[in-house]
Amino acid sequence: MRKSLDKAHPGYRLLCLLLLVLLAIFFIFPLFWIISGSFKSAIEINSTQPTLLPKAFTTLNYEKLFAQPAWLWLLNTVIMAVAAMLITCISASMAGYVLAKKHFFGRKLLFSLFVAAMALPKQVILIPLLREMAFFKLHDNLWAIILPTAAWPFGVFLMKQFSEGIPGEMIEAARIDGASEFKIFSTIVLPILKPGIGALAIFTFIASWNDYFLQLIMINSTKKLTISLGIAKLQAEQSTDFGLIMAGAALAALPIITVFLLFQKYFTQGVTVGAVKG
Amino acid sequence: MSQSRPLQSRVLRRRETVTSYLFLLPSLLLFITFVLAPMCLALVTSFFNHTMQSFEFVGFANYRELFTDPIFLRSLRNTAVIVVVAVPTVTAFSLWVASAIYQMHPVSRSFFRIVFYLPVVTGTVAVTVVWKWIFNQYYGLLNSSLKSVGAIDQNISWLGDARYALACIILILFTTSIGQPIVLYVAGLGNVDRSLIEAAEVDGATRSQVFWKIKWPSLLPTTIYILVITTINSFQCFALIQLLTSGGPNYSTSTVMYYIYYQVFKLYRYGYANAMGVILAIIIALFSALQFKLARSADAA
Repeated sequence: MRKSLDKAHPGYRLLCLLLLVLLAIFFIFPLFWIISGSFKSAIEINSTQPTLLPKAFTTLNYEKLFAQPAWLWLLNTVIMAVAAMLITCISASMAGYVLAKKHFFGRKLLFSLFVAAMALPKQVILIPLLREMAFFKLHDNLWAIILPTAAWPFGVFLMKQFSEGIPGEMIEAARIDGASEFKIFSTIVLPILKPGIGALAIFTFIASWNDYFLQLIMINSTKKLTISLGIAKLQAEQSTDFGLIMAGAALAALPIITVFLLFQKYFTQGVTVGAVKG
Repeated sequence: MSQSRPLQSRVLRRRETVTSYLFLLPSLLLFITFVLAPMCLALVTSFFNHTMQSFEFVGFANYRELFTDPIFLRSLRNTAVIVVVAVPTVTAFSLWVASAIYQMHPVSRSFFRIVFYLPVVTGTVAVTVVWKWIFNQYYGLLNSSLKSVGAIDQNISWLGDARYALACIILILFTTSIGQPIVLYVAGLGNVDRSLIEAAEVDGATRSQVFWKIKWPSLLPTTIYILVITTINSFQCFALIQLLTSGGPNYSTSTVMYYIYYQVFKLYRYGYANAMGVILAIIIALFSALQFKLARSADAA
């Protein structure tokens, strides 16, 4: 029925589709090139006649990659992203709920403060943050990435928007039944917020996984690197060993793409809620 | 709701305030320590000559120096070029893609949405290193492809030549920027009132009339949001620069964010770097305000 409404010329529609498919290929290509390159030998990579798929399939690049502490880099990244995600989800859902549903002194002011901070460029605070972490003796420590990530007010904002939909009568009824505030939060509020928390979780996970600048300024020792920093290091040290660098890129990209594909429904929801009401 | 209980006692209200702040405590602590405090520090230290050795108040000296620093001005200009090229392109392009896919079958719509989101998820570093290889002067796919079709005879140093480097960076930035706007526009187009469109079609409106009179106005909030986030992202372009060109050749691709990093990690000039950060924040805030204002006046017209 929808199609009948658009009376575009079939030729135009075909042209659009063709263009879209070409663009899609252009957008998939870098990922394809990473994976294909990661299985190519050095000779094949440096030849002037590039091949689309590896002619002589080799896993040598991955062997070289894991001779670096690449598993450790991956583990560091997972720990960092999971911790940032958990702390963000817990603290933001608590804050978002009371900002939406409770009436207390300073509520409006606090919420405006959170929103105003969100509009400022995040990167501007990174340099003072670096000094602050040195002061807390957290420099070169994963917490120096986790805490600032969890502190960013986007989560609070998102959870406030989702909390607006909680019916006040349900909370009242539970209160009359003598439920404690914590019980109300865990048995009524949390279940309703579930889709919102899902969106925030996946959003935070991907954002912290890929937050290269923050990781770059906070971490220096090889054993504490994240996977993004690891590839950057490989590139800085062995800039023409493209096979090895592609293996690193594949190791960084594939887990996060898998997570994205599994939870992309939540993700789309999170991206849109922030905008429609923002 | 509390308003429905007019006789709510002061004790209850106080209890509500205390409970609320207990719930807010973790977020508030994090926010104050890792967002608010560094923001204030950035502003304060921008008035100091703050390096590894010294910490002395210098008033506006950092700011005065900025506007006579040719590399800063160069970086500011590059940043402006990136913003001016990337923001309209990303916005227009994502609107086109979204319009083309939002009426498709849900499966193909999802497919395209995911494909265009892929570079965002893949991560800046992974995307950047593969492009660096593609653009490589000797081993890159771009040069060998162009040579094999006879478009060039000499290998071009895409990232090492001031004529091309910034354009290459904008191209990569573009691929990593359109994912979110497309998702937003697809959602926005889905919310356009179908009955309005149907009524217009019955009255014989053309496609472009339907678009400009019905779809475009209802997409306006989405468009503003996209303009603002794309502007902020483009202003903060850093990883691409650091990994691809390190600001070179001869600062032709340095951006404000990259120059801040350079000042801190190469020269340890914290105060000077923070002054740049403050200027950048002011510029971004002005841009966002301007976009909101323009959009509102367009809305009123």
